[in-house]
Amino acid sequence: MARGEHDYDDIPGTFVFDQQRSRQGYGINMFCMSLMQDENRKAFKADEAEYLKKFNLTPEQTEAVLTRDYNRMLELGGNIYFTAKLGATDGHSFRHLAAVMTGSTQDDYASMMLGGGRSVEGNRSKSGRFDKPAGVAAKSRAKTAGARKAGKAKAGSKPKTRAKTSKKSKK
Amino acid sequence: MARIIAGVASSHVPAIGAAIDNKQTEEPYWKRVFSGFETSKEWMRQTKPDVCIVVYNDHASAFSVEIVPTFALGCAAEFPPADEGWGPRPVPVVKGHPELASHIAQSVILDEFDITVVNKMTVDHGLTVPMNLLFGSPAAWPCPVIPLAVNVVLYPPPTGHRCFMLGRAIRKAVESYPDDLRVVIFGTGGMSHQISGPRAGLINSKFDKAFLDNLTKDPQKLARIPHLEYMREAGAEGIEMVMWLIMRGALDDKVDEVYRFYTVPASNTAVGHIILENRAKGAKPAGKRKAAPAKLKRAAARAKVERVHS
Repeated sequence: MARGEHDYDDIPGTFVFDQQRSRQGYGINMFCMSLMQDENRKAFKADEAEYLKKFNLTPEQTEAVLTRDYNRMLELGGNIYFTAKLGATDGHSFRHLAAVMTGSTQDDYASMMLGGGRSVEGNRSKSGRFDKPAGVAAKSRAKTAGARKAGKAKAGSKPKTRAKTSKKSKK
Repeated sequence: MARIIAGVASSHVPAIGAAIDNKQTEEPYWKRVFSGFETSKEWMRQTKPDVCIVVYNDHASAFSVEIVPTFALGCAAEFPPADEGWGPRPVPVVKGHPELASHIAQSVILDEFDITVVNKMTVDHGLTVPMNLLFGSPAAWPCPVIPLAVNVVLYPPPTGHRCFMLGRAIRKAVESYPDDLRVVIFGTGGMSHQISGPRAGLINSKFDKAFLDNLTKDPQKLARIPHLEYMREAGAEGIEMVMWLIMRGALDDKVDEVYRFYTVPASNTAVGHIILENRAKGAKPAGKRKAAPAKLKRAAARAKVERVHS
């Protein structure tokens, strides 16, 4: 079945583990779950392709696991808390997985995190329709924007109206 | 009667647990994180709760994809630490409070929250890391704990509003328990972080700060945040913050913020922590000794009456 459209598909670089992916990736995740046991880890390491046959993966999913393509696993229904068990079985730290998924080196990833992490600016929306902060974080930003150019900033007028309506509804 | 006296929110980053277990807490990177919880541990020593309710999520430890309960309340007598692939964490077995837990289950189900009762469950870092942060590393945890596991792994988790309302139902349940127990409720997880996909490493301190501010003064506003906004603004895994709203819903409308701590990063995550106290009956908030205007008092009295009747 083709994947339906969802509002969260607009978030860049993100594979939301939703009901459809969960169904699709059941085998991947149960495979990863099996790696919680030492004898299974050994069996997998002894013959990876053979071990995977028990979990009814599609050829694409099998390929993604064998090549340790972590983003592809997520796209095909794997969930990060499960796929992290595969990383641990390989003896990798989570930083290794993060570097693989983000296409950077472990050192670069670590220094990005030390520098405050990946900025949300420019990372909100594929379509570009949601480039400004919305909702709860908008207020503080809107205040400063409003102070700079009173009345002009679009974001500045929004929370004001919202505050009014909430007052009214309280009465 | 039992009552909830305070709420604690804290991140539950697994690397924090690993740092404790590997005795790295004095290293500068980790000291920055742990020093933020010294005041909290002292607060907890003085507060001495009789029971803690810890709202957390399981990370593919006790629950796989076979069964995914939205709200799972631990009613067992004890909860062993889970083996998360490296052997169980060397922390004490968590002792439950089956009597209060089953009382809460019965009360909230009749209040239309169809939670899952769990009588056998291991608990992972989601629960044990905040325990360490607030209680240190004792030989035995100083009080019984009721775990409430919330699904935030499989989309969609319960909405923030649903979580907030469940908190209210838990409060009602606790207050109808006959024994005099002082209960502290934990909301754990968050703050902003994304650990999956090409956008991993996302942190949004502005969002987090606004969230902390509103947790004290306008939680209803937070209860209206849609899932899409959590994921877009605070990272795919930042959606865990809905669990903080269960804690907040279980507190009074007006609370005193007694402590707050925020630092970036602990591995992939913004660490956020806050302690909120209910105002003891009759006592005035510290630093605000001025009498409330009569109009406000009347409004509060009305609200109280409405709560009693609803």
